[in-house]
Amino acid sequence: MIASFLIQTLNGLASASLLFLVALGLTLIFGVTRVVNFAHGSFFMLGAYLAVSFYGYVGGGVLGFWGGAVFAGLAVGVLGALIELTILRRIYRAPELLQLITTFGVVLLLKDVVLFTWGPEDILGPRAPGLTGAVWIFGKPIPQYDLLLLVLGPLVGLLVWLLLTRTDWGTRVRAATEDRDMAAALGINQALMFTGVFALGALLAGLAGALALPREPANHNMDLTIIADVFVVTVVGGLGSLPGAYVAAVIISVVKAWCIGIGDVRVFGTVFSFSKLTLVAEFIVMAIVLIIRPWGLFGTPPAPQRVTAASILPMPVPDLKRLWPLGLVILALLALPLIADRFTVVLATDIIIFALFAASLGLIMGAGGMASFGHAAYFGAGAYAAAVAAKAGAPFLVAVPAGVTFAGALAVLFGWFCVRLTGVSLAMLTLAFAQITWAIAFQWDSVTGGSNGLVGVWPPELLSDKTAYYFATLLLVGGAILLIWRSVHAPLGYLLRASRDSRIRAEAVGVDVRIIQWRAIIVAGAAAGLAGALYVFSKGSLSPDSLSIPRSVDALAMVLIGGVQTLVGPVVGAVVFMTLQDWVVRATPYWHAVLGITLILITIIFPQGIVGTLRQWRQRREAEP
Amino acid sequence: MSVPVLAVEEIGKSFKGFRAVERASFTVEAGELLALIGPNGAGKTTTFNMINGQLMPDHGRVRLGGEDVTGWPPRALWRAGVARTFQITQTFGSMSVAENLLVAILSREKSAGLLAASNASHASEIQTRLGEVGMGHAANTLCSVLAYGDLKRVELAIALVNDPRLLLMDEPTAGMAARERGALMRLVAERARQRRTAVLFTEHDMDVVFGHADRVVVMNRGRLIAEGSPEEVRASSIVREVYLGGAALSAIGGGGESSA
Ligand SMILES: Nc1ncnc2c1ncn2[C@@H]1O[C@H](COP(=O)(O)OP(=O)(O)OP(=O)(O)O)[C@@H](O)[C@H]1O
Ligand SMILES: [Mg+2]
Repeated sequence: MIASFLIQTLNGLASASLLFLVALGLTLIFGVTRVVNFAHGSFFMLGAYLAVSFYGYVGGGVLGFWGGAVFAGLAVGVLGALIELTILRRIYRAPELLQLITTFGVVLLLKDVVLFTWGPEDILGPRAPGLTGAVWIFGKPIPQYDLLLLVLGPLVGLLVWLLLTRTDWGTRVRAATEDRDMAAALGINQALMFTGVFALGALLAGLAGALALPREPANHNMDLTIIADVFVVTVVGGLGSLPGAYVAAVIISVVKAWCIGIGDVRVFGTVFSFSKLTLVAEFIVMAIVLIIRPWGLFGTPPAPQRVTAASILPMPVPDLKRLWPLGLVILALLALPLIADRFTVVLATDIIIFALFAASLGLIMGAGGMASFGHAAYFGAGAYAAAVAAKAGAPFLVAVPAGVTFAGALAVLFGWFCVRLTGVSLAMLTLAFAQITWAIAFQWDSVTGGSNGLVGVWPPELLSDKTAYYFATLLLVGGAILLIWRSVHAPLGYLLRASRDSRIRAEAVGVDVRIIQWRAIIVAGAAAGLAGALYVFSKGSLSPDSLSIPRSVDALAMVLIGGVQTLVGPVVGAVVFMTLQDWVVRATPYWHAVLGITLILITIIFPQGIVGTLRQWRQRREAEP
Repeated sequence: MSVPVLAVEEIGKSFKGFRAVERASFTVEAGELLALIGPNGAGKTTTFNMINGQLMPDHGRVRLGGEDVTGWPPRALWRAGVARTFQITQTFGSMSVAENLLVAILSREKSAGLLAASNASHASEIQTRLGEVGMGHAANTLCSVLAYGDLKRVELAIALVNDPRLLLMDEPTAGMAARERGALMRLVAERARQRRTAVLFTEHDMDVVFGHADRVVVMNRGRLIAEGSPEEVRASSIVREVYLGGAALSAIGGGGESSA
């Protein structure tokens, strides 16, 4: 028993090393540039693929493996420098949320670069020469390579620490991390340093990717899997803390390893499979830390971000006289099935459903100022709950409310934690939550159907016709969207926007900011759940994709394309996004790259989105004589 | 003796070993205007933050009407009748002036529903309150485009929404012309007399301080160094020394800053 515990601990420490290297790079970059680099997981993935290719050219042996690791690290470092020079450099002054989305654009772009270069199959990597055996400890084998990793992580950490504390460059980097204005005043060449730090961070991630090869093949899920773990590590350890990154990586990895080690346990005749609970364990660790220390084990509360007036647009009460376009849209939507073919009606149903998904995210992001990179968790929760209910024999009119309720309940749970954080920490937390929800759907075969999902979920006879379902969707979604819009100018919405504009003022006039934000998250979660429930009955089937990170980012993209700080923006964004996607997906297999480039361009050129830019344009014209 | 509205007892706060405020004690009675003055960095705003719950004091107590409210969050203090304006104005920048007041009113009425609209009685209350501070004409102007002095006035109107028994004002007249300063302080003084509101304010303009305060306490480097009537404080040599390094003595009496 003790022996297997020890073995699992060593195993966990080996995983922690890789996680730490990636988290270390992310933390270094954040410290100096204040940008959380979403693409850091992509650097990890690229490192793995580059090392595999190097091995392919050079052949086996020490040079092939270790040369490949060094090559991968350096190549990813150079790529990192290029990305910093072309993209990151333009967004240092942008709001944090926008920065995250820009770097997510890079994630999507690199995903397709990998697909284009290496194809869709997993590629088995080399094993470390001379380290393929095992060491026997307490009569159990431990891979030699694991022992090496276990030492390598802290060793590289030590090297980076020496670099930061013993060199001139490191001293300047630390100065810039502690006080950017001071560093600028001292005449430190910031531009060059930012590029250097970004390259170093990317190098560490690339190196980690190459070193991961003996343990897992190079594959397309590496980027998001590792970044979700790294975000958990960062939230647990504290944003910006190097020791925090290591301690948290160890805690998370070791707890996971223990769960696997415990395996199946029989309690009162029921078998609990701990090895399937790794993600739940991760969630519980994170939850406990957040309850005790909301800013992480080694973190400090961030200075309240001063919201500049220029970055927030007013959301005026809509002028009733200007509502005629809305009437026209409703008329057009009602008339659509008369003139359109079946295919268009189905597409329109999808678009309407996603309009609600986007509008619900728009409520917490726009009016609430809270970033969510995991909104698909509620969409998927609603879809799964409705599907499971329907499979159990519940009629449509019970299954859909069940989906809404379940999503709302999940928002009650997640929201409680979310309102304790702000800014990028919050964004990372939402992403981690969503990833955990996804993994549960993916692993819980008996209920969710695992990776196959659920099939054969159809609406009742009355709504089985596509046109009938279209009208039902229109009615439910229309009602929900109007409710969301209404709430923005109802007391809840006022208090929510007030909390966003000036938390300090809101608290000083008696507003319990956390409670207000929590309520908004619950409303948005339930609305997204409705969208999910309607979606599953429209499609007839459901897979874990419906709550994956890319689905969350779809919603973000919709909100952003339309304009975060406008009422109708998210809905307009959903229409544009879905139409564009439908079109591009049929034209090229590289939809991710197209979306990625679109996100990068929008965040850099039109940060206000379509509706926001139009409104600014109109205001400017009205202001001119 | 009646119980003072605010009693600050030996409060102190350090930032990473730097003592911003040390063992400060004073009281404010109902209907009284107390000015807390001192040079830049003296610890005035830090004191305000401890009284209003933005900061937890390292030691000492804050009492409101005798009740120990040390460490209460700002929102609880607001419900207990404490309102505040900030040195760096804090308003809801994306909203109009009227909506800024509406938020405070909704909070007062504990209204946070999804559907209910604000009703007409709110509108008339908002208009009255804006009129009081001379901002009636700007009800529909966005806060983000207001001049600094006007923002200060809006903040005061927001603070008065719950008819506080203790009003804290951190540099309430910064950014205003000399005449406007007097008008604003007369408004506050009148309110203090009529409703017995206790008022604690900081101010760099000595005309405002000596013209409107009932009592003055002087802070320097985190410590209270003098207390008394405006006349006593004006006459005190120690005050002159910390303020002006013993130089332009006349400025204290003559209000050198306001003429700028
Ligand atoms: N959060 C903080 N962290 C570190 N030091 C602080 C903090 N807040 C205030 N200080 C320091 O405490 C001292 C007192 O600051 P405070 O703002 O209370 O002064 P003040 O009397 O209001 O000055 P002013 O007249 O300029 O507004 C200053 O030296 C300031 O730099
Ligand atoms: Mg101050």
